[in-house]
Amino acid sequence: MFLINCPYCGERDQSEFSAGGEAHIIRPKQPTEMSDDQWAEYLFMRKNIKGIQFERWNHSHGCRKWFNMVRDTSNDKIHAVYKMGEKPPV
Amino acid sequence: MKNKYSIFSLIKNAFSYHENWQRAWRDPEPKKEYDAVIIGGGGHGLATAFYLAKKHNMTNIAVVEKGWIGGGNTGRNTTIIRSNYLWDASAGLYDHALKIWESLSQELNYNVMFSQRGVMNLAHNLQDVRDLKRRTHANRLNGIDAVWLNTEEVKKFCPIINTSPNIRYPVLGGTLQRRAGTARHDAVAWGYARGADAMGVDIIQNCEVKGIKRSGNCVEGIETTKGFIKTKKIGVVAAGHSSVIANMVDLKLPLESKPLQALVSEPVKPIIDTVVMSNAVHAYVSQSDKGELVIGAGTDAYISYTQRGSHDVVEGTLKAILELYPIFSRMKMLRQWGGIVDICPDASPIISKTHIKGLYFNCGWGTGGFKATPGSGDLFAHTIANDEPHKLNADFNINRFVSGDLVDEHGAAAVAH
Repeated sequence: MFLINCPYCGERDQSEFSAGGEAHIIRPKQPTEMSDDQWAEYLFMRKNIKGIQFERWNHSHGCRKWFNMVRDTSNDKIHAVYKMGEKPPV
Repeated sequence: MKNKYSIFSLIKNAFSYHENWQRAWRDPEPKKEYDAVIIGGGGHGLATAFYLAKKHNMTNIAVVEKGWIGGGNTGRNTTIIRSNYLWDASAGLYDHALKIWESLSQELNYNVMFSQRGVMNLAHNLQDVRDLKRRTHANRLNGIDAVWLNTEEVKKFCPIINTSPNIRYPVLGGTLQRRAGTARHDAVAWGYARGADAMGVDIIQNCEVKGIKRSGNCVEGIETTKGFIKTKKIGVVAAGHSSVIANMVDLKLPLESKPLQALVSEPVKPIIDTVVMSNAVHAYVSQSDKGELVIGAGTDAYISYTQRGSHDVVEGTLKAILELYPIFSRMKMLRQWGGIVDICPDASPIISKTHIKGLYFNCGWGTGGFKATPGSGDLFAHTIANDEPHKLNADFNINRFVSGDLVDEHGAAAVAH
């Protein structure tokens, strides 16, 4: 449990948000041409990193907007919050 | 076994004030090479080593554990054992485990305190009633004992439940598996460790795996904090940290690791003699032999390796518990903790070979791995020894995420994951 600085609403309790999993997984441009292996990779396979992870969050009990976050999953410390479409920080 | 436990050994040691018990397993330094190495010294890993030695004569093997054995999820769960799963594949897997549980204390010469006190799953809404009745029928077709109880029968079976129709989570009925129950979680790890050690398995604690060495498409060994260990077969049973090991060989798994919480109360006199699970509200209660209420809560909805978990999850669970059991309103909670569970998209485990030769994974048990410990170890040992899955775990391969042949137990199992 931690506080999240929503880029639209400011700092709120984590329980107001929904986690959307790993970020920057690119939606297939040509879905009809993908193999089963590629579909499995896109749909199911995840890095599930212990450490710095780029992820998507939704302020579901607030502005309901999606945004990205850089969080250390080993201690839940948030390093950066940035809007959808913005470049991830290095 | 060198030091067989019995009533006679108990009496003999009583005369020497219990000061001469031998240590239950050795504390060896790793050898240079083993026929197989199991990564992870929890219940599943130790059981795998035990059955590799016992059934497949592979005694030149080691279990490496980064902490102490049974210090992860084996020591952190709510010890519930049941096999009332919906799908045939799951029913086969979990009932295989339940059958081993029934004679495990004798097999290990170690009292795992397996208690078939029954597990009752409550239905709180019409959809619960339909789902649980369907599951009851499916269980019986698979030869697993299951009965449907109406509200009065639930009240009779567990009188402290509030069955008033006016509460937020009214009890509309429930299912009961009488063969289900609980066991002492630490004893399971210790019993398997002692049994495996007696057959020559090296259990190496405080030994963290730092890397996996490959040559071409085969494994060659593991880099650990105690040096390099050569081996041709690696069985990974690292629960919440499975992805951490998989990332060492650039293998992606369909897993997300999340904290799952549990808590225990102060000890009280016997008040609940069964296990009651409430799927819809994520509240599970049983009572340990020490008298503590053992309460299971839900998972946090985000990836985390912190072994804590959020306060609001516990609060939600306790709200539901208090409404269902008003008698507990003044109980004090003693301890709360979190374990990191690795959850598959279909809420079923993976016991499988991988595309890398000699690398096997047993993971994805999510919120319900403890119950499967003996069966999981037995089937994973078979898979490692024969380089082929047993027919009971053939459906639980990694390729099901490519073929689409999922074993979807999300909500279909007795519990909402």
